Amino acid sequence: MAVKKPKIIVVGGGLGGLWATMRIAEAGNEVMLFSLFQVKRSHSACAQGGINACLDTKGQHDSVWQHIIDTIKGGAYLANQPPVKAMCEDAPGLIRTFDRMGVTWSRTPEGVMDLRLFGGVKNKRTCFAGATTGQQLLYSCDEQVRKHEENGLVKKYEFWEFLSIVKDGQGRCRGIVALNLRTMESEIFKADAVVIATGGLGLIYGKSTNSASSTGAAASRVYQQGAKFMNGEFIQFHPTGMPGDDKNRLMSEAARGEGGRIWVPRKQGDTTDPLKIPEDQRWYFLEEWYPAYGNTVPRDVASRAINKVCVEQGMGIGGKNLVYLDLTHLPEQFLRSRLAGILEIYEKFAGVDPCKVPMIIYPATHYSMGGIWVDWEKDETSGNLKQPSPRNHQTSIPGLFSCGECDGTYHGANRLGANSLLSASYSGRVVGESVAAYVKGLTESADEAPEEIYTQEKKRQESINRQILSNSNGENPYLLHKELGDMMREKVGIVRYNKELDEALEKIKELKDRSNKISLEDKLGWSNASLPYARQVQDMIVLAEVITKGARLRDECRGGQWKPEFEIPIPEGKFAGDPEFEEYRRKWMENNERWLKTTVAEHAPDGPKISYEKIDTSVLSPEQPRDYR
Amino acid sequence: MPEVIRFKVKRQQNPDSKPYWEEFQVPYRPQHNVISVLMALRENPVNIKGERVAPVVYEVGCMEEVCGACTMIINGKVRQACSALIDQLEQPLVLEPMTKFPVVRDLMVDRQKMFDDLRKVRAWIDIDGGYDIHVHAPRISPKDWVMNYDFSRCMTCGCCMEVCPQFHPKSQFVGPAPIGQAWLFSNHPTGKFYKEERLHALMGPGGITDCGNAQNCIEACPKDIKLTDAIAKIGRETTIQVFKDLFLK
Ligand SMILES: Cc1cc2nc3c(=O)[nH]c(=O)nc-3n(C[C@H](O)[C@H](O)[C@H](O)COP(=O)(O)OP(=O)(O)OC[C@H]3O[C@@H](n4cnc5c(N)ncnc54)[C@H](O)[C@@H]3O)c2cc1C
Ligand code: SF4
Ligand code: SF4
Ligand code: FES
Repeated sequence: MAVKKPKIIVVGGGLGGLWATMRIAEAGNEVMLFSLFQVKRSHSACAQGGINACLDTKGQHDSVWQHIIDTIKGGAYLANQPPVKAMCEDAPGLIRTFDRMGVTWSRTPEGVMDLRLFGGVKNKRTCFAGATTGQQLLYSCDEQVRKHEENGLVKKYEFWEFLSIVKDGQGRCRGIVALNLRTMESEIFKADAVVIATGGLGLIYGKSTNSASSTGAAASRVYQQGAKFMNGEFIQFHPTGMPGDDKNRLMSEAARGEGGRIWVPRKQGDTTDPLKIPEDQRWYFLEEWYPAYGNTVPRDVASRAINKVCVEQGMGIGGKNLVYLDLTHLPEQFLRSRLAGILEIYEKFAGVDPCKVPMIIYPATHYSMGGIWVDWEKDETSGNLKQPSPRNHQTSIPGLFSCGECDGTYHGANRLGANSLLSASYSGRVVGESVAAYVKGLTESADEAPEEIYTQEKKRQESINRQILSNSNGENPYLLHKELGDMMREKVGIVRYNKELDEALEKIKELKDRSNKISLEDKLGWSNASLPYARQVQDMIVLAEVITKGARLRDECRGGQWKPEFEIPIPEGKFAGDPEFEEYRRKWMENNERWLKTTVAEHAPDGPKISYEKIDTSVLSPEQPRDYR
Repeated sequence: MPEVIRFKVKRQQNPDSKPYWEEFQVPYRPQHNVISVLMALRENPVNIKGERVAPVVYEVGCMEEVCGACTMIINGKVRQACSALIDQLEQPLVLEPMTKFPVVRDLMVDRQKMFDDLRKVRAWIDIDGGYDIHVHAPRISPKDWVMNYDFSRCMTCGCCMEVCPQFHPKSQFVGPAPIGQAWLFSNHPTGKFYKEERLHALMGPGGITDCGNAQNCIEACPKDIKLTDAIAKIGRETTIQVFKDLFLK
């Protein structure tokens, strides 16, 4: 007999988690929604630029097919293609739904949604709401969930931290243990299905463009409990971050999409006021190297180019690792109406007006393409995702699902700009429907599971907390985190070398040992911020090892994973049909034979066990290397 | 150039304990903001007397003034700590929790009331469900867009509530932010189907008539949201609604 009133938990209230919550509630199920803080403050609010969907309202003959190709190629073919196809096909419908939910999309003079250009594509395909698109999308979901709170289907647990899942003897997920961040008590929550939607992991790199909560700790916890993790080594470095002490605030790709230009002075070490440097003394290196896409090449390409100019050639502004992002040639009124949000951020934090003075930027850790491994079911007739299916977005642990930035499905080796608000929303919607389908098929409820599995897990969590609280004169968790971040940026960054990756793995072992000796200055049992932080640091170190080990073993260049020692360079000035280019294509395809595979990490006490999985390339066969020249 | 950043924090261990002041300093760095100073303190939490103490507890999220989490009173003014640049502030900095919400611990307060009131004023658009119905919502004129976008940037930070003389722990008044949201959803082409319900929620005790029109709120909003416009419009419309209720039903 089916379970009458299934218990469902969603952990995380960003775009992914809120969409999941909405769809589960709409199927008439009750949802317990967990978040570290009020879900309205989730990291999704930071997204500025926009969300992709082919609406083709700009007379450019844009097509869904082109969106699919751009996403697959942009990700260097590393994503399984049926889910990508399904996402791109559903994108316009998702945008229409958001429109009905009241999102304040920017409008054309006739009152329809406007579109802008983003990186890695040639057509305008990015829907936006000023320069605070993520905030607007997040709020629209927050509002729908509030409606379901009002009608009794959603119960929020805000200021609660997910610590672990509870597994039964068959390895099935039957609930969670969470920490009340006010009373500091751990509690058991039984559940028939659990969704992890806890966002990105930028904080493993210390400074990043992410919010303070994007630690990846929750993903690390389920990984340590047996969930597979995929493609960890694929980290996106956003080309245009503001260098900062506490955070590298992002200057959206929209700045380039709207006409912003990247340059450095032609004279090495030049520190002249940029406005006094004449045109012919400026080096617009992206436009020179990639005439077809210019400043809107994909992120990995732009970040590496900036890295090359600064680190390899020493041509950064004043000899430092800095370049200009220049908007000053564009009309101020245009900029204010299209980019207000980011102009404000720059002005606020750098103290100068980017409409008048070129911005100073450098690449920053931004996004994790990899994440928790999830399953999907193919519809053999359409070559698409079969929907709904309980397999979609289910992790390798039955009953445990994942969506949003913490799952690794859609972006392969590199994510295109404005594609992750899409994947977070879309995967949330899909997972909501999968969970609803999954619980329908259950015959035994969590209430019938043996009580010991819950009490044991709770005890385990409490003893970890007690250990940290009772240590003294040990490691300071904040300093330990800083050490981890500095090391990751230095050794597992935009450009990677095996020697440095080996050193990084050594260092991680050391940090892991030291993280067992964390002690706290705050021992209070009320709203103690240090205890959850300490636990996050421990779990970040574990995930850092997954990232680094994956990077060490993958000897090639693909999207976010770049090892110059294994580069197959595109022959300069040669294009498809030229013998040199065809020779390059042959080598590139040969490399695909070896490396066009999903990295899968499984937790083991002495470090991650890595294996590789075949990729479904049934939509677009990998024959065209990425080429943005 | 100053070598240290000095600051005083009004601390409180829990909602029921007595507040106390504690003074700190951290090494100076250019471009520091109040949050990055509090982060630096965590690395070596020692007060000015040289005593090791628990790091100051505060709320933080985006670190770019878009989530509203880090709101507190800095040198007497309520604002977001992450965008409060040290170089533009007088020292010692004086950091206090907001006063209109219950203190949880140190600089962290409980703003749940604001979120509850968003439920009260039905701050959402009623849709059939989160699936495609193959049409867009009605068009919105660029002028309406400008107004709606303005209000939809409200990050529920509470600055406007902190400065409102009518809003305090003992009053029932919903305060300016939820009124702004009630207006936003009633200015949407399909949201306005439920305008009447929103107006009713804002009539009576704790509703719009409790506003004393002091205009403090609009001054304090970090996003320059035109709260008093919304209050005026909702005020007029509730008056009309009162008559409608009297004579048309
Ligand atoms: C500055 C910036 C700009 C961006 N701009 C764009 C853009 O223009 N277009 C685009 O497509 N993408 C953009 N992105 C990427 C995009 O914003 C994110 O990938 C996406 O918002 C992630 O959503 P999410 O739902 O997965 O997670 P999040 O929004 O990060 O939500 C995570 C949730 O999980 C909760 N949580 C985490 N850990 C726990 C735990 N242990 N217990 C309980 N709850 C927990 C948090 O409370 C939160 O509610 C940008 C990213 C950044 C950093
Ligand atoms: S105008 Fe009304 S809501 Fe605004 S501060 Fe004054 S009393 Fe409060
Ligand atoms: S209206 Fe302004 S001040 Fe008030 S909560 Fe919203 S953003 Fe904050
Ligand atoms: S941390 Fe989000 S507003 Fe300051």
